[in-house]
Amino acid sequence: MSAIELIEADPVVVARRHEIVIALTERVGPGCIISDEDGRRAFDTDAFTAYRRMPLAVVLPTTTKEVSDVLAYCYEHGVRVIPRGAGTSLCGGALPAEDAIVIGVSKMNQVLDINFDNRTARVQTGITNLGISNAVAGDRYFYAPDPSSQLACTLAGNLGMNSGGAHCLKYGVTSNNVLGMKIVLMTGEVIDIGGDELDAPGYDFLGMIIGAEGQFGIATEATVRILKMAEGARPVLLGFDSAEQAGACVSAIIAAGIIPVAIEYMDRPAIKVCEAYAKAGYPLDVEAMLIVEVEGAEQEIEHLLKRITDIVDTFNPKVVRTSQSDEESAAIWKGRKAAFGAVGQIADYLCMDGTIPLSTLPRVLAGISSICKSYGFQVANIFHAGDGNLHPLILYNANEPGELERAEACGADILKLCVEVGGCLTGEHGVGIEKRDLMTVQFSAVDLAQQMRLKDVFDPSWLLNPGKVFPLDLSQAA
Amino acid sequence: MSQFTKPTDENDVSDLIRKVGEVNASLEIVGGGTQRQIGRPTQNAVIMSTEMLRGVTLYEPTELVISALAGTPLATIETELGKQNQQLAFEPVKLGNIFNGGARASGDAQAPQPTVGSVFATNSSGPRRVYAGAARDHLLGIRAVNGRGEIFKSGGRVMKNVTGYDLCKVMAGSWGTLSALTEVTMKVLPKPEETGTLVICGLTDEMANEVLCAAMSTPFEVSGCVHMQKGMATRLDHHSLGGVDSALAVVMGDSITALRVENISSSVAYRMSQLRRRFGAFGDILELDNTSSLTFWNKLQNLEFLQVGDGAVWRISTAPKSGHRVVRMISEFMPCHATYDWSGGLIWLELPEAANDGGAAEIRRVVATVGGHATLIRATPAVRGAVDVFQPLEKGLMRLSRDIKSTYDPHGVLNPGRMYADF
Repeated sequence: MSAIELIEADPVVVARRHEIVIALTERVGPGCIISDEDGRRAFDTDAFTAYRRMPLAVVLPTTTKEVSDVLAYCYEHGVRVIPRGAGTSLCGGALPAEDAIVIGVSKMNQVLDINFDNRTARVQTGITNLGISNAVAGDRYFYAPDPSSQLACTLAGNLGMNSGGAHCLKYGVTSNNVLGMKIVLMTGEVIDIGGDELDAPGYDFLGMIIGAEGQFGIATEATVRILKMAEGARPVLLGFDSAEQAGACVSAIIAAGIIPVAIEYMDRPAIKVCEAYAKAGYPLDVEAMLIVEVEGAEQEIEHLLKRITDIVDTFNPKVVRTSQSDEESAAIWKGRKAAFGAVGQIADYLCMDGTIPLSTLPRVLAGISSICKSYGFQVANIFHAGDGNLHPLILYNANEPGELERAEACGADILKLCVEVGGCLTGEHGVGIEKRDLMTVQFSAVDLAQQMRLKDVFDPSWLLNPGKVFPLDLSQAA
Repeated sequence: MSQFTKPTDENDVSDLIRKVGEVNASLEIVGGGTQRQIGRPTQNAVIMSTEMLRGVTLYEPTELVISALAGTPLATIETELGKQNQQLAFEPVKLGNIFNGGARASGDAQAPQPTVGSVFATNSSGPRRVYAGAARDHLLGIRAVNGRGEIFKSGGRVMKNVTGYDLCKVMAGSWGTLSALTEVTMKVLPKPEETGTLVICGLTDEMANEVLCAAMSTPFEVSGCVHMQKGMATRLDHHSLGGVDSALAVVMGDSITALRVENISSSVAYRMSQLRRRFGAFGDILELDNTSSLTFWNKLQNLEFLQVGDGAVWRISTAPKSGHRVVRMISEFMPCHATYDWSGGLIWLELPEAANDGGAAEIRRVVATVGGHATLIRATPAVRGAVDVFQPLEKGLMRLSRDIKSTYDPHGVLNPGRMYADF
């Protein structure tokens, strides 16, 4: 029995499954609907795999019109809808319900238009995050947000969660890089917002919808900013004896007016696991490691790295290793980007996603260590240090009865600590079901009511992605 | 005659809004009062000034974050940040400057200053928006009072935060119609070590558009990308531009196209040389050094290329590549002066001989053809009362906007009618 309560299915809707499937098939054709049990099972969870629910049916539309028709039907018949990109959510953001259909946008994955003058790409949202960058890489452009799952995750999911990534210190997160969207509301109404211009008129609908975890509508197309690649980029690896030194070093770099494109932090357990997996040449005898990357032309990189290493030298580093080649740079990043997979090879884990003020890092790491110890778990910490986004990975054994529940309780304690020091529950993964019940730690009843009123505007009957974001007692009373 | 009040804290703001709501009256939110002439003219029983809500409440330079009460003058924030060599990277434009009685018209250092709350309420973003994002992209957290008188918060003080819906963005650019901001938390960034500007003289709008788009497609992180028609370029007081006085004086009779790069000194030198190599053949070239560059871009941030007065001024947002086309089409109907910011995507348009509708009919028709939206930033109250000041929205978006207004402010207390006539 898992600790997180899931919404109860409406038996009346479940009993109508056959009729619903027929109606949906009429709207999208048999090739775009999955109703058999084996087929549906592939959609019964996301990357938060401890929780599973078999959906009524899965619809994979190929056009905005089909999405609209399906939503209009569901609205009329009171059927809940779970929007889905690639299902890589780490917080149960795409977890189905037994009385809900899943609408997946994976078949809508085309690049519709690229405009280098306006520096925009118009794409269907089922395209993968990396797919956008790949489409423009030949002309040395890229799409900036780069979540670790970028090979698999879709733009649709990124829009839902306002995804970030290792390089958002410089380039911002999804909401900073999207200029337009075509969104289908629960009623089936299609709304166009923005376009190639740098702002949209009226209230900031893009800002509202991006990060609303798929609860306001289903985005089928988006206009994203594409940026010219820097002439080059190079990371430097830094090793320290303590978290304090590493944290102070990051502060000093920023205080000197330098904003590197990325500053990634790993603690000793994370370094060990990633090194074993990726053979990136990470130092194994340090307590904290930083990957600091700068961009520009060769001479600019050298100049900036010199400045950074001059600062670093005053913090008594154990290791300062500047990448000497593209291969070495790739290896350094491979280790970092493979971190979640590497940890997954040695244990089951829960990936936390709090954000903290940088100055509290030593205190928070000490707190995490003692929290995990009290639960009897090991922990590895990965940290986007420049923007304070911390990913403690709590290692546990899913086959051991009760361990998942204890790991979740341990994670909750860590997130409460993040809020206590002035941070937040989630920096880039979203709330989903995972952190839903912790929302009252960060927000007052009035704060939450204000958010839920916005949900009422977009989806008054709360059919879209139900049971997520807000504590169940609040959302079910809405 | 409206009643003027100055609440001293957010509880006061809450009490006031509740009381005004109880008697079915409405309230205008005023910061420094510099932008009161923007929007549809309205009459409200109460004018609420945020001037007592003043002060920096948190500043952590190494965490790139600053918080301040909403009535804090923008100048105070800029001074505090300047002490740590930091800045608001989105470079808010000083819209109030273009009105009679504004700081620029009166030349009075004591003239009203925009507040930090107004910067976000209007989502005011300057030339660097094209590289560093808009005001809304730098708003990390808010405290606010909605039209029900409830105090709420959203976001926080950390850079990355997706906890719950992003109500900060809802506030950005809502012109005080949804809630009264009481405190804002912003992302800040270091000031660049050096700034350089390449000025190309005498380009037509069409050629300039090519240059602007091409410049943004270089890897040199161009952070300012503007073209000023000659009628507007001559209004910059070139004598204050430092070392290039005489050279600029010669070219100021012409249009100017300016590209800015900012970074450590060695990078600026390198990038300037690269830009010169690519764009040097387009026209006569001038290079502004650090001091002159800072002055020049500050003048743009202050909108000094626009004339102070009450003639019609429009702000048109369109695809960067379409900027010159929009102006060309409008100029077929009426004389106009244009400055293009944001790589061509933001047009500041002056209409010296606008018709009674401030040119709205033609401008909106052109924008509907080419794409984008237009806001009538300056016109007489009569004109602003007669035409849509803000771009009318498509049916669905208009309905959602009305619904959002009514859930935030069900009794229509806050700045009703300022953006749209009926809510």
